Amino acid sequence: MAAKSVSLSTSGKVRRVAVIGGGLAGLMTTIKLCEAGVPVDLFSLVPVKRSHSVCAQGGINASVNTKGEGDSPQVHLEETVYGGDFLANQPPVKGMADAAPGIVFMLDRMGVPFNRTPEGLLDFRRFGGTLFHRTAFAGATTGQQLLYALDEQVRRYETVDYEDDKGRSMRGERMVRKFEFWDFLALVLDGEGITRGLVAQDVKSMEIRSFPADAVCVATGGPGIVFGRSTNSVINTGTAASAVYQQGACYANGECIQVHPTAIPGADKLRLISESARGEGGRIWVPKDPKEQRRGRDVPEKDRDYFLEEKYPGYGNLVPRDIASRELFLKCFHGHAGIFNTRTGKNENEVYLDVTHIPKDMLRKKLAGILEIYEKFMCEDPYENPMRIFPAVHYSMGGLWVDFERAADGGLVMGSPRNHSTNIEGLYAAGEVDYQYHGANRLGANSLLSCIYAGMVTGPAMATYRANLARSSWDVTGGIFEKAERREREKHEAILKMQGEENPYKIHEELGAAMLLDVTIERHNDKIDKVLAKIDELDARTRNVGVTDTAARANQGAAFVRHLRNMIVLARVIAQGARNRDESRGAHFKPAFKERDDANWLRTTMAMHKAGGGNAGNDGVDYVRALDYSLAGKRIHVTDAVDVSLVAPRARKYETAGAASAAATGVIKKGDSIKPDKPGAAST
Amino acid sequence: MAKTITLKIQRQDAADRPETRRWETFSVEWQPQMNIISTLMEIQKNPVTTAGKRVPPVVWESVCLEEVCGACTMVINGRVRQACTALVDQLAPHGETITLQPMTKFPLVRDLMVDRARMFADLKKVKAWVQVDGTYEIGPGPRQSQDNQDVAYPLSRCMTCGCCLEACPQVNDWSAFIGPSAINQVRLFNMHPSGAMHAAERLETIMGAGGIADCGKAQNCVEVCPKEIPLVDSIAEMGRATTKHMLFSWILK
Repeated sequence: MAAKSVSLSTSGKVRRVAVIGGGLAGLMTTIKLCEAGVPVDLFSLVPVKRSHSVCAQGGINASVNTKGEGDSPQVHLEETVYGGDFLANQPPVKGMADAAPGIVFMLDRMGVPFNRTPEGLLDFRRFGGTLFHRTAFAGATTGQQLLYALDEQVRRYETVDYEDDKGRSMRGERMVRKFEFWDFLALVLDGEGITRGLVAQDVKSMEIRSFPADAVCVATGGPGIVFGRSTNSVINTGTAASAVYQQGACYANGECIQVHPTAIPGADKLRLISESARGEGGRIWVPKDPKEQRRGRDVPEKDRDYFLEEKYPGYGNLVPRDIASRELFLKCFHGHAGIFNTRTGKNENEVYLDVTHIPKDMLRKKLAGILEIYEKFMCEDPYENPMRIFPAVHYSMGGLWVDFERAADGGLVMGSPRNHSTNIEGLYAAGEVDYQYHGANRLGANSLLSCIYAGMVTGPAMATYRANLARSSWDVTGGIFEKAERREREKHEAILKMQGEENPYKIHEELGAAMLLDVTIERHNDKIDKVLAKIDELDARTRNVGVTDTAARANQGAAFVRHLRNMIVLARVIAQGARNRDESRGAHFKPAFKERDDANWLRTTMAMHKAGGGNAGNDGVDYVRALDYSLAGKRIHVTDAVDVSLVAPRARKYETAGAASAAATGVIKKGDSIKPDKPGAAST
Repeated sequence: MAKTITLKIQRQDAADRPETRRWETFSVEWQPQMNIISTLMEIQKNPVTTAGKRVPPVVWESVCLEEVCGACTMVINGRVRQACTALVDQLAPHGETITLQPMTKFPLVRDLMVDRARMFADLKKVKAWVQVDGTYEIGPGPRQSQDNQDVAYPLSRCMTCGCCLEACPQVNDWSAFIGPSAINQVRLFNMHPSGAMHAAERLETIMGAGGIADCGKAQNCVEVCPKEIPLVDSIAEMGRATTKHMLFSWILK
């Protein structure tokens, strides 16, 4: 039986829900909740307008088909699951592909300054893994522009008062209350394991406080900082995902980590140079002569090796990222044919990404944002000089396990409380932090889409869950909030008292180095074993850190110790998952197991935390094949089987144009043969 | 001997503890492509001053490290800018000492971190949004020319970083001036076809005290804007629009 009132608890309190994270997924979830009449407390480590979504550059996919290519959501679905090497559950992907045109139109209505065609329509460009123009874009800072649009809509809800279920406006009770500069610490769970709220810490005053909530959504992004330097923002430590995982949430496909082929090195960060550079015609090459002395711009065409175009004549420079990154790695690490450095006399791990042949006016209109980054950080003009780039860790396809409810048409049942529900009742996850849409490899420009679509699904799911919740969190007694608050306060105080020898930032550097070297593009079991041993060693050493700061205000040193511990927990999930999966699929590549092995591994890796169950007193990981969880009084049984009911798995080969979808022959010239291995089962 | 970078950093434990304000000097080893963020990260790993004193690492704010989020804004060698794009080789080609200070126009949190909440509150004040009917599938947005996008997109790249407020002489403890960034947002939303339907409401928010009339035309804002947003043009354009709006509403009374 549901609680008496949907809007108020028995004690007369407004029944709010909480969203953690104010990137695209968190903001979209918030907007959808507001539209459903559910008031939201929005927590974010940083002002939401500075969330990591700003870093997305190239664009957002939607099969609007305005260029006469015959694109459709069906092709988008097929190419996405093929690009992900069939590890994604297909109903959510179908839902996303179907919703994509509507999402882009919505963003347009919100005022996103998308680039336009001469007729005033949205312009679309090409991206990896497809032959179609499917990607809407706002210059080369699309993520920033999308984030701003949603941020603005949420800001509007900060000025709107809540109306109860009888339509009475409650003055001063805003639809959205923001808690910016608050760091998520833990969920508050009741005796039955149901989410009742959260504990968070104000990173300025260091106050630790519990907040009741009828449901909680984590939308806190990926864990790129586990790898030390990556294209991720410094806030992407995965700390919230790790915290709820340690409280019992299942973590899925952690080993599926995307390495983006084109980034520029930096001492603090590896900065992304968007795939859109290639979408607009940019070309990857190395000099044919590995000892080439001339500058890139001076090497004539005939002396250049366009190795991607050579090997993949159909998709060329726009093969999916896992493939492009592996080819670059092969060239540089194994072929020693990276750009020759005349100063050091060595072949650097760098290749050229060249846009100098594209008219400057077009570059300025479509790619200025990324070319500006290159120019500012490398102090070299990319309009005149081929850019020097190398792969960098970029995105986590894996994340918190979330459920979905399949509709009769193959998509999702909108409003089902199962959608985006984790296995902890009342806890939802949306965005990069979930594992749902990308399988073993994400296609470019699908992440902005999946974040927004996840929000569109999660908001209604949480609204249904709240409406059916038997007892509001505001009516829960027994001091669970006080207890949770006390527990977190004690943990914080314990960190402040740590006086060991180790510097936490140095431990993080070692963690990143180990993960980056052996758990990214190429994975060897013997080397991963060493990484796992290293993680155990670092875990033990974190117990002997000396906190660098004991101040009572804006103490970043103490917070970092907690983030570091949480990163180590996730690192183990990622590395052990990679160790277990003896096959090659998408971004997960083992030279010793070169083939995809559907018989044994067409399944979701499901990791459960095992406190103290690892080596030498460290925590361990349990990998399970199925789990049961409860939702609104029902027990739900789920397994690690992947729903491949819409597009039958087939071998993944990008050498042939149109391989990703039988219907997607795209821009192939007349006379080129198109021979997909086997048409997708559901293609029409 | 390895090349080193010397940083002189202004520190303070909290806004209400001015007695803790101090300068501390650190020296870190040079690395290729080093920016101010990476020097601060090096200090975290070994927070010892050149005088040999172990101190808490410097507190600063940062997120994206590629100048799209606006977080790491601070005063570097006397000029307000983002720390991520402040490259050491350009700031100190001959090993000069680099000075870091927090912005002065916002309440201090600690060391180099300030609280820019007022900027986000101002976005509420000027209604910086398009009032959409909802997020439902109700078809495409209004058609717009690429020329329109050419003007709107640069305006829309404002990161709310605060450089323009920091550099503006009219933004100070004695004035309520809203500053260039919020006025630029009024221009952005008033030029959007649907946003324009609520143009008058937005204009009215910048017509009173602390509004557009407080601009002293020093033009510092456009000098320091990292995204080269034509802030002076935006202020001029909104100046004309508010005047027009005032006259019309007076004539029509």
